[in-house]
Formats: sequence, structure tokens, C-alpha cells
Amino acid sequence: MIEVDRVGRSFTVGRRRTRTTVHAVQDLSFTVEAGEFVGYLGPNGAGKSTTIKMLTGILAPTSGRIQVAGLDPARRRTALARKIGVVFGQRTTLWWDLPLKDSFELIRHLYKVDRVDFRRRLDELTGLLDLAGFMNTPVRQLSLGQRMRGDVTAALLHSPAVLVLDEPTIGLDVVSKAAMREFLRRLNADHGTTVLLTTHDLGDIEKLCRRVMLIDHGRLTFDGTLDDLRATVPEETSIEDVVARLYTDGSVSP
Amino acid sequence: MRIAGYGFRRHSAYRAAALAGAFTNTVFGILRAYVLIALWEARPGLAGYDIADAVTFCFLSQAFIGPMQLFGGGLELSGRVRTGDIAVDLVRPASLQMWSLADDLGRACYLLLLRSLPPTVVGAALFGLVTPVSPVTWVFFAASCALGMVVSFAWRYLMALSACWVVDDRGTQSLSLLMTLFFSGMVLPLNLFPGWLGSLAGALPWSAMVQVPADVYLGKRDVLEALGFQAAWAAALLALGALVTRAARHRVVIQGG
Repeated sequence: MIEVDRVGRSFTVGRRRTRTTVHAVQDLSFTVEAGEFVGYLGPNGAGKSTTIKMLTGILAPTSGRIQVAGLDPARRRTALARKIGVVFGQRTTLWWDLPLKDSFELIRHLYKVDRVDFRRRLDELTGLLDLAGFMNTPVRQLSLGQRMRGDVTAALLHSPAVLVLDEPTIGLDVVSKAAMREFLRRLNADHGTTVLLTTHDLGDIEKLCRRVMLIDHGRLTFDGTLDDLRATVPEETSIEDVVARLYTDGSVSP
Repeated sequence: MRIAGYGFRRHSAYRAAALAGAFTNTVFGILRAYVLIALWEARPGLAGYDIADAVTFCFLSQAFIGPMQLFGGGLELSGRVRTGDIAVDLVRPASLQMWSLADDLGRACYLLLLRSLPPTVVGAALFGLVTPVSPVTWVFFAASCALGMVVSFAWRYLMALSACWVVDDRGTQSLSLLMTLFFSGMVLPLNLFPGWLGSLAGALPWSAMVQVPADVYLGKRDVLEALGFQAAWAAALLALGALVTRAARHRVVIQGG
């Protein structure tokens, strides 16, 4: 479903005299099969967001080849947009001044979702994410937890085969977080939606991801199951400590 | 269409701001009208306008401030580039420029009702404005206004995207403000400008925002040539916008985590 083949992305920063090239992502290769639930971890600045932007077609890679749902993201951005759902936890896709239901209606038009399919999908998501209480509230008045549920709904209205989540639980309280995780787990299990999740909350990873990839300094440093990840640092017991060790020590051999 | 409708509704959340704008536009319209009356009394027939034409021009240009967004901005785009929220817009299955255009036309139509009608009505009551008799002129005027809005959008879209390269777009915005006010006809009718400056001002895109629709209204210009001029600038600026959007996606760091 997602194929990344020796992808690199560099940025030039600074003015003429001090110009340097920053390699945000280098020689990155991985494959995600349909129906997988993959966690994508890395310290701040490791290249996670750059990867996501390339997978969604927002940024073109400077080298290598990417295929998502059979399309080259940078070239077929709009065609790809109809096949994938994206949630940026720190941003919102909803319209600040419009009630939630109007945002959804607009998204229906943008994605050209059939009215009947849309109704069914929205009813299902409204039930699962408990949106009924604030459907008519303007987005600017929603709490973070409500807004995030609205954003996840917005990303799924067109029934995408792939869902890319960039920190979907950031800032959520324990109850909202648990509800969000349960929803994502069911989405993956019941609909077979392929999910790629980046997060700094290792609870998300432990509860949801069968497979974990770790990126550091723009390179993939680990790709395997959660148990494999634990086994890399056997003397640590909690997953947080394992990951902290991996972030500070740099590369690991899986 | 649907997006424009929602743009209209989004901006209707800010009715108080629009009405305050309408009040300001009216007051300044009256001030400017007296200045122009003084000028045309001293020099009758200047630039092919009589006093009534000049006063009408003044209130039309005041009415254009809102819909044509002559003081710049109006697009959330540059802020979204700066904060990185543009990433969200780019994962939608729609052209960023066409999408923004639809939203902006919704905004323009809303402001046309709330910010353009009041100053015009007050101006007509106080000074008695010229009104075209032929309904055909009104149709052409509406078309010219619509094209003016598109040119205005396309220009502001380019200015907003400049934020992709210059980190902070305040410099480009203030330069754009100066050029727009001066070369649109907002400060003075462009046909007052002498010689080459007049020809230059008439050929630049900004004239499509005020001078051209006002002249179509006053019947001072060949209509088809005027609409053709506006359409050509609209097409050229939108094409440039499409190119710049492409370049932005290839070259630019989208800010934020």
C-alpha cells in the first residue's frame, strides 16, 4: 500500500555565504502492506513530518521513489487525496467559523462523496466518535478532544484505504485518548484500513501497533515488531526507557 | 459554487467588522467627494469627467474597497503558510488556487452587500450620483466587477504565496498596498495621470480593480475592450499563480512539526 524506495529530501538553508544543505530524510526505504497498523517513531526533528509530507504529496522528494495506493504522491496529489485520509493532530482541517456539520458537508463536495454513502458513513462515525452533541457548534468553540474527533471524522468521510495520523492524541486527556485508540483499533480491524501513525505517546504504540519503525537523523534505524523493539535493549523494562535509549544511542541493529 | 457559498457564510460571522468598514468607507467617501468637487470646480471637464462623474467615481471606488480588498490581505493563506497550516490545504483533492478563489469570491459577494451598498446609498442621497439608464450597462458593470474581483484575488494570492520564500510577508504586503492604492485609481482617477505615467497605470493589472469597472459604469470606455483587458490580466495572473503554487511545493519548507 505504501512503498518508499531510497527516498531523500534535503533543504538548503541560510543566505548565500552560510548556505548549507540539511538532509531531513536520507536513503529511506520501507514497505507497508494493506491492512497493517504501523507506528512511526523518532525524536523531534528526526524526519517524521517530512516523511509524512512526502507520502501525502505536499512535498516532493529530492531523490528516490514513492508509491502510495499505486500513485506517485507528488505528481498525483489530488488523485491521491481521494484515496488517503490525513490527520495532523496539531492542525485542523475544519473551518473555524462553520458548525461541524457544515465542515463535513463541504468536505463531501470537495471529495465528491456520493450523498447516500456520505450519510451512512457520517452516521456510523457520529455513533463511534460520539459527535451528536456538538454537530451544530462552530469549530472555534469545540474543546480539543471534540475538535480532534471532528478532524478524524473529516479524514474518513471518503472511506480512504490509507489513514496517515500525525500525533492524533497530542494534548488529549486519558479518557479521550483511550476512546481515540479504541476507535482507531476498530477502524483497522473492521474496515482493514491501513494506518500509519506517528506519535510521541508510546501508549498509542503499545496499544495499537503491531509493527514499529524508528527514524533518527533522517535514516530508518529500526523496523520490526514491538517485541523485537523491546529485545534490542533487554535490560530496560518499560517501552519508554527502551525508546529513550534508542534515541540517545543512535543506531541499533534489529 | 458551493465553496463560494460557504465563504459567504464564513465571513457573515464578522458582520460588525463589515458594518464598521462600511461606516468608515462612507465617511471617507464624503471627504474625498468634497476634495474632488473642489478640484473639478477649479478645472471643469478634467480628464473627461464632469463633477457628477467625479463624485460617482469617488463613491464607486469607496464601494470597491471591500469586495476588491484594496487594502490588501483578505486571504488567510499567508498566515497559513507561516504557521504551516497550509499543509492541511494541500492534502485536499482540489487546486489550492481555485479553492481559495471560490472562497474569496464568497467573501467579496458578502462585502459587496454589507460594505459597498451603504456608502453608495449615502453618496447618492447626499450628492446625487450618476446612474446608467441602460440595463445593458448594468450587466457589463456586473461582469466588470466580477473580473475585477478575480484580478484582485489573483494578485493577492501571489502576494500571499510570497510568504513561502520570504518567511514574513509584511514587506511584500505593504509594497503591494502602495501599488494597489496608487495604480488602481483609488487615490486619484488614473486618467488624471499625465503622459507615460497615465499609459503605464492604465496598462497595469491594478487598474482592473477600480478604474476599469468605474469607467464601464460611467460609460467612459469601450466595454468589450475593457472586459477583454480585465480577462487578460485575470488569466495571466491566475496562470502565474498556478506556476508559483507548483514551485512552492517543490522548493519550500513547510513550517512547523
